[in-house]
Amino acid sequence: MFYSVLTLFVLSFIGFYLGKRKSIKLSQNIKLASLPSYYGYLAMLYILIPTLIAWFVLLVGENFVLEKYLFLILKEFLISMSGSEVQLFFIKIKNLSEGASFGNESDLELLGAQKIIQFKNLFLLLTYLVIFLVTAIALYLVNKKISPTFKSQRDVEKIVNLFIQLCSYIAILITVGIFLSLVFETINFFGYVNPLDFLFGINWNPNKAFVIDSSDVIDKDILKDAFGIIPLMTGTLLVAFLAMLVSIPLGLMSAIYLAEYAPKRIRDISKPVIEILAGIPTVVYGFFAALVVAPKIADLGEYIGLDVSSESALAAGLTMGVMIIPFVSSLSDDVIGAVPQSLRDGSYALGATKSETIIKVILPSALPGIIGSFLLAISRAIGETMIVVMAASLQANLTINPLEPTTTITTQIVTALTGDTEFDNPKTLVAFALGLTLFFATLLLNYFALRTVKKYREQYD
Amino acid sequence: MTNLAKRKKAELRFRFYGIFSVFLSLLFVAILIFNICSSGIGGFYKTIFLTSIHFDQKLLNLEDNASEEQIRNASFRKLIKNSFDESFKDYSKDEIKQIKKLFYRKIDIELKNFLINNPEFLNKTTKVELTASTHIDQIHKGNFDRTVQEKHRKVNNFQLEIYDKFVEDQKVKKVWNSTYFTSGDSRDPEAAGVASSVKGSVFTILICFLLSFPIAIFASIYLQEFAKAGKITDLIEININNLAAVPSIIFGLLGLGILLNFFGLPRSTALVGGIVLSFMTLPTIIVACRSSLRAVPPSIREAALALGATKNQVVFHHVLPLAMPGTLTGTIIGLARAIGETAPLLMIGMVAFIMDIPSNPLEPAVGMPAQIYLWSESSERGFIEKTSSAIILLLMFLIVVNFVSVYFRKKYEKKW
Repeated sequence: MFYSVLTLFVLSFIGFYLGKRKSIKLSQNIKLASLPSYYGYLAMLYILIPTLIAWFVLLVGENFVLEKYLFLILKEFLISMSGSEVQLFFIKIKNLSEGASFGNESDLELLGAQKIIQFKNLFLLLTYLVIFLVTAIALYLVNKKISPTFKSQRDVEKIVNLFIQLCSYIAILITVGIFLSLVFETINFFGYVNPLDFLFGINWNPNKAFVIDSSDVIDKDILKDAFGIIPLMTGTLLVAFLAMLVSIPLGLMSAIYLAEYAPKRIRDISKPVIEILAGIPTVVYGFFAALVVAPKIADLGEYIGLDVSSESALAAGLTMGVMIIPFVSSLSDDVIGAVPQSLRDGSYALGATKSETIIKVILPSALPGIIGSFLLAISRAIGETMIVVMAASLQANLTINPLEPTTTITTQIVTALTGDTEFDNPKTLVAFALGLTLFFATLLLNYFALRTVKKYREQYD
Repeated sequence: MTNLAKRKKAELRFRFYGIFSVFLSLLFVAILIFNICSSGIGGFYKTIFLTSIHFDQKLLNLEDNASEEQIRNASFRKLIKNSFDESFKDYSKDEIKQIKKLFYRKIDIELKNFLINNPEFLNKTTKVELTASTHIDQIHKGNFDRTVQEKHRKVNNFQLEIYDKFVEDQKVKKVWNSTYFTSGDSRDPEAAGVASSVKGSVFTILICFLLSFPIAIFASIYLQEFAKAGKITDLIEININNLAAVPSIIFGLLGLGILLNFFGLPRSTALVGGIVLSFMTLPTIIVACRSSLRAVPPSIREAALALGATKNQVVFHHVLPLAMPGTLTGTIIGLARAIGETAPLLMIGMVAFIMDIPSNPLEPAVGMPAQIYLWSESSERGFIEKTSSAIILLLMFLIVVNFVSVYFRKKYEKKW
């Protein structure tokens, strides 16, 4: 594969050189419509674009065609196998064809692996064929086109502009991709579990699905109260609430102090140091929460006579709160800074002290922006994964007591998808349904946050 | 108390709250960094026993001037058994077994490597540094309280006695742990290293950069310079803003659902990890690039246009180079965030026990943060220290990267 890419690039450079050379030759007698290098670029693009598209199609198609091909030639052997057996067989022979041999393969598996290798060689040949064919056609076309009156620069720029336009569409593509991948698997999941049971169920016990899949018969009655999202929601909101309890007062007061009181030097030092908190990877916070915060809280609880779980929501929530401080503080700082000076001056002129001005004038006028920043922080807390995965419990628990173990949506997504992932089991598929819920929740929060911030900005612009 | 005095007091109180919260936030930074550092520095060192070993030819079944290949194939078990039996003649068989447990369980490999590097010691006696077991390592570093009851520790009283004797004879030393930087993951904390995960991270970030950087630049050029205001442009902008706020784990689900299941890309590889992270980095770079493009003054564009340049030439030859410093700063910040991302990697299987150092992006790999996660899940005491050391490395790298980006901005940023 590496060599095919290399060949392609070498060929496209040759195309560039040939195109340029021909136009230079022409320009010795007459003046050309464009600079010679543009004729070269045109040849290069004519080679690169079709081959890259063809190559991508081949790459994507390879797996599909390969499986169809294997089915066709190994039909008589595969017909007696069940769906999952066939999948397992394919995985095994694929590994075998890549050289991962255990020495105990059956003749059928060896045959399959051999066929895969043959097929892949054929495909490689096809790739090269496409590359050379396209190059030949492109060179022929460009060669025919090059003439003194031909404006190659215009063509090149058209292609470039189309290309960068397509690049900007990738953002839409990613969103669509997220949406489709979540929705498809969620629909599969709802084939096993009633959406209403999922959304309003108060029992979360996905291991029930694990027990049944050995018998290959899905008993929907058992699944009825295995996948209720309510306990996860309360857990998520509880952790987020605890995080906000830490980050809102600390973040907001820091922002107020740094924006209104602090001398420039303290501000210049403190701001970046607080921002460090936002730059630390979340896995570090998770480690810290699980190893330092949780035991300390458990010790403290024991000291004052409370029974605190070592996987309590408190440890995860407090640590997350620390992580979110800089989000709240820097966003609020921006908003407070945007309040016009005239409002402050007016308040001072009426005899108000600085703190009275802040509380009664600045904060009310900055309120929409500050609330927007809170909403953004909440959406951050809900979507945060590593801290809760490492510090919170796996046990779903319908409670609002922060001292008891709780689990969250993100934790359950991770548990569902790490380890063995079989996509014909509601236990795995539920991760996508949870993901979709999370996606919508954060989307809504962000929408409202951005709208409030925007509205507020317009007020003073 | 007069009203004014009350108000002044309230003022002071309010101010104090502000100072207090800034102080508390700074304190959290300090506690976090201090805690990680104090528990992680030890991981860069390891405890060794200076042991004198006689590399007996007969026991190793080697000829004179044995080649490297021959040494590699030789079995060192007999030699080890013999030297233990000889050095601890006064102890019973069972006790020698316990003494052996003070050492790393694969000392035969260490001896082998020593002999390969120093073949001249064949048939001679020399002092070799042999790695201690993780439990001894933790006791020697003082991370483990040896006064706890015998049944609660992994090292029994007899082993402690022998260890103390070693210490008395000055046979125990703490040395720089170079294997930590050169080896991959291991089931034994004393042999585990970060090399495979560092390389995994490097591949992942490289792929992420190669994908997100050009695409982001092209997209921002189109949006900033060419796009006409309209529904599609609005839609793109809304999408970019939303992508920046989507939780990282959702991108992991996208990678799993589309890249792995639909396109059939190989699981657990740096390639898929890089693609997923590039989706997350894209909005950051686009926002940075667009704001630097916006900052380039119109006079530059007008001058170029006046000289007869086409719109494309203006953008690619004049505006883009001037917007590069700002874009690069944004890119570095985006990539620094991507390096620390763990959740999406968990979804695409880039969290696995990987001993071998990956040699290309298509091999199974873990990243630094995933390695930290894996180690932190281990119950072994020695891994806690390794985890903190890995965190120190990661944080140091991030600090360096951030300084570079600040330097870039200071040096190349132009105020128009």
